[in-house]
Amino acid sequence: MRERTRVSISFELNGTHRHLEVDAHRTLLSVLRDQLGTLDVKEGCDEGVCGTCTVLLDGRPVSSCLVLAARLDGARVTTMAGLSADGRPHPLQEAFVRHGAVQCGFCTPGMVLTAYAYLRQHPAATREELRRALAGNLCRCTGYAKILDAVEAYAREVSLGR
Amino acid sequence: MGARELAERTGWRVVGKPIPRHDAWDKVLARTAYAADWEMPGMLVGKVLRSPYPSARILRLDTTRARSLPGVAAVLTARDVPRNTLWTDVPGQTTEVGPLRAKLHVLAEDRVRYQGEPVALVAAESEETAEEALRAIEVDYEPLPGVFDPLDALAPDAPLVHPDSGSNLLARWNVQTGDVASGFARAEVVVEGTYRTQFVDHAYLEPEAGVAWVDADGVLTIRVATQVIEHFRDVAEVLGLPHNKVRVIGTYLGGGFGGKEDVTVEVFLGLLAWSTRRPVKMVWSRQESLLARSKRHPFVMRYRTGALRTGELVAQEVELVADAGAYAFLSALVLLYATTVACGPYRVPNVSVQARTVYTNNPPTSAMRGFGAMQVVFAYEQQMDRLARALGMDPVELRVRNALRKGDRLPIGQVLETHVAIPEVARRAWETLGPPQPPSAPHLRVGRGLACNLQPYGRIVWLHDWASAWVGFEMDGSVVVRTGVPDVGAGQASSLCQIAAEVLGVPVDRVTIHVSDSALTPLAGTTTATRQLMMSGNAVLRAASELRDQVLRVAAQLLETPAADLQVEDGQVRAPDGRTVPMVRVLRECARAGVPRSAFATYHAPAGDPIDLERGGGRVFPDFTYGAHAAEVEVDTETGAVRVRRYVACHDVGQAINPQSVEGQIQGGAVMGLGYALLEKVALDRGNNLTTTFATYLIPTSMEAPDVVPVVLESGEGMGPFGARGIGEPPVGPPAAAVANAIYDAVGVRVTELPVWPETVARAIHGLEGSPKTQGEGGHHA
Repeated sequence: MRERTRVSISFELNGTHRHLEVDAHRTLLSVLRDQLGTLDVKEGCDEGVCGTCTVLLDGRPVSSCLVLAARLDGARVTTMAGLSADGRPHPLQEAFVRHGAVQCGFCTPGMVLTAYAYLRQHPAATREELRRALAGNLCRCTGYAKILDAVEAYAREVSLGR
Repeated sequence: MGARELAERTGWRVVGKPIPRHDAWDKVLARTAYAADWEMPGMLVGKVLRSPYPSARILRLDTTRARSLPGVAAVLTARDVPRNTLWTDVPGQTTEVGPLRAKLHVLAEDRVRYQGEPVALVAAESEETAEEALRAIEVDYEPLPGVFDPLDALAPDAPLVHPDSGSNLLARWNVQTGDVASGFARAEVVVEGTYRTQFVDHAYLEPEAGVAWVDADGVLTIRVATQVIEHFRDVAEVLGLPHNKVRVIGTYLGGGFGGKEDVTVEVFLGLLAWSTRRPVKMVWSRQESLLARSKRHPFVMRYRTGALRTGELVAQEVELVADAGAYAFLSALVLLYATTVACGPYRVPNVSVQARTVYTNNPPTSAMRGFGAMQVVFAYEQQMDRLARALGMDPVELRVRNALRKGDRLPIGQVLETHVAIPEVARRAWETLGPPQPPSAPHLRVGRGLACNLQPYGRIVWLHDWASAWVGFEMDGSVVVRTGVPDVGAGQASSLCQIAAEVLGVPVDRVTIHVSDSALTPLAGTTTATRQLMMSGNAVLRAASELRDQVLRVAAQLLETPAADLQVEDGQVRAPDGRTVPMVRVLRECARAGVPRSAFATYHAPAGDPIDLERGGGRVFPDFTYGAHAAEVEVDTETGAVRVRRYVACHDVGQAINPQSVEGQIQGGAVMGLGYALLEKVALDRGNNLTTTFATYLIPTSMEAPDVVPVVLESGEGMGPFGARGIGEPPVGPPAAAVANAIYDAVGVRVTELPVWPETVARAIHGLEGSPKTQGEGGHHA
């Protein structure tokens, strides 16, 4: 067996402070799922293409399979569990359900987090801008129309100051 | 009382409403425990060693070093498998090869026949150790000649994929009706074309995964992402266990599309958990999934179609050759689907269909959404487009004129028993596309295309399909449904809740459903073949209706009113004069009187014997779903790039149980079909897979997918509950043909090979050499 380099990191996961030792070669995805049991993050390709494993790193969406965990020191990580306060769905999550944007649900966590992060920066985004923003998150079930319906509807609610 | 009459009386409270699905809440909160999200104490990691060669002999296989690594719990090869044969059996028979017993080895013995074929299994304490163990297994291969094209494979001197079978021909179907020669002699216009389709992958976002453990009383339990929990029997056969000692618990799937219909991880997990007596998890990587799991059949399709000047079809001659890959799996049945619908939803009096499926050393091909019935749409609908152009006829008009009607017979001999909505769907799809829009730039050309299809729903009738369900009231008036339905993400479970809620007069959120457990839920069969709504939907409808009758007989005594006059709504049983009794009171009375508060029912689909084509064939499927798609594309005359600007997909679904789920199936299926049309291809180089990542195997993103406009028609004439038809597979059929017809309309180029990449179109537009993928119209007046 090879000797492994271990790294000590402190970071915030969904508002909770975490301090742990990780193998230096581990990805954020691997630490979240295998070490911390954060199973609300899904793995679709482990090569940075499908967007399924998206989490927010300091508020920005990243493919957690491409981020080395050693980079996390001092960072803020948000997964789906961090989006719904007290287990109550976030209005964006509600919009996904209301508009039928969830079928198999496997892309949903990454899709919701990407949309959430984009709308925080671009609250007045048009459907075509949203389409571009979600291009890094693959979905094989819905054909994307109902996902865009949901995100667009939520964006309208936000801009109307619901 | 029929289900539709009941719903009329109750006012369609739940069925037909776009109710958010119960599973959507768990999923949107990321709480659904998919197959890979299951953890158990002491769990091992299982992995598969796969062949790097598409055709080779195994000279030596030595696991000594791998077994001796610390942290390795098991290394298994073919010698360690109690019964190393997996039957991927095909009940029924084909016309020439007789009864087909499709099988393969669980682990390779002396030969491998495709790249990625499983050779050995390991279970280890960690992912890293399992990978190290795979590397430590020593295998010496002697590469052998292979065959990689189905037409080459039929040559007399071709290397045999299965030497003991004597030929690479796996199965053949021939259909002859009328007199083709005299039909063509009458024809005033004849169009011809040869069409080729490609290998594609299901590419669901959730890779194959599961966890197995040996539970109490020695029951091997496998929690797995599968469309078929009945594979518990296959695991039992391989391990030599009684069938009742294997249990499969199906999870909510992260997509299936036919790719989780054949066995994936469950037999491997069963072997590893049984031999180590510890829980084992196996999750395939994306590369492994794209490399090793079965694909969609590529077809070569030669069509010749004859018509009168009025547009009336008089003859069609069809030759189909499908690439079955290295093992049979479901190839013979896929070919039967293609054969049955080879002429599309049209009346053709004189028909010849000759269909063959052939072994090669390519990846095995098996079930994928559309299952042979979708490939032929690319051919028969381009034939219709060619004909319309040769005749100068409107594309809708030509299709309406030739559309099959209820009572007509398909060339294979099956009589159509329900409404055939081709005229309506064709007109609605075309009209909904709206007025043509001008190109958005001078170098772009706009074109429009139409394609209709029919897709069976329900399994082949000689499989004698059935499904069971249990429905019960709890004492507080809430409802439980139990049925062995795998939910692949299309709302299978929630639609059943709607059916139970409608019949039993409770709000849908008062229904809880338990699905997909081969030990604890009544078996309901596979979530495949667009069968589940018809099958388990009818079973739940029956069980719920029997339960309603039982309970209302008791309520009738309490209210001193005939049961037939009672209504149930929101937990109250109501007499015509307005008197009510709470359902909980009725249920207590049931308990006192010994009347069951539950019912179990089994629905049997229409059944029949295997068709005898010598005697004119007959019924193959219960019924079909009819659809039409209309596409508007913009073609870049410089680059050949095709953009789908507008897209309408119209299907007669009989009765939508949940319109939102139906729309989702239509939109998702259409976009999957557009990926097939314009993007997707499993690229193979002499059997070596070059597209084993999502960076090389491209599926549509939100940028490529148009906003598909779903148009849902409800004829009320399906064989499912409340008159529903299945809608899972049908929408994937028309897109490739609709787009190809639109491309022709835009730039006058006939694309006959999929996928339609820009290079193909550009070469054809510019008349460049090396454009064999396109053909001239070839329509000639006879």
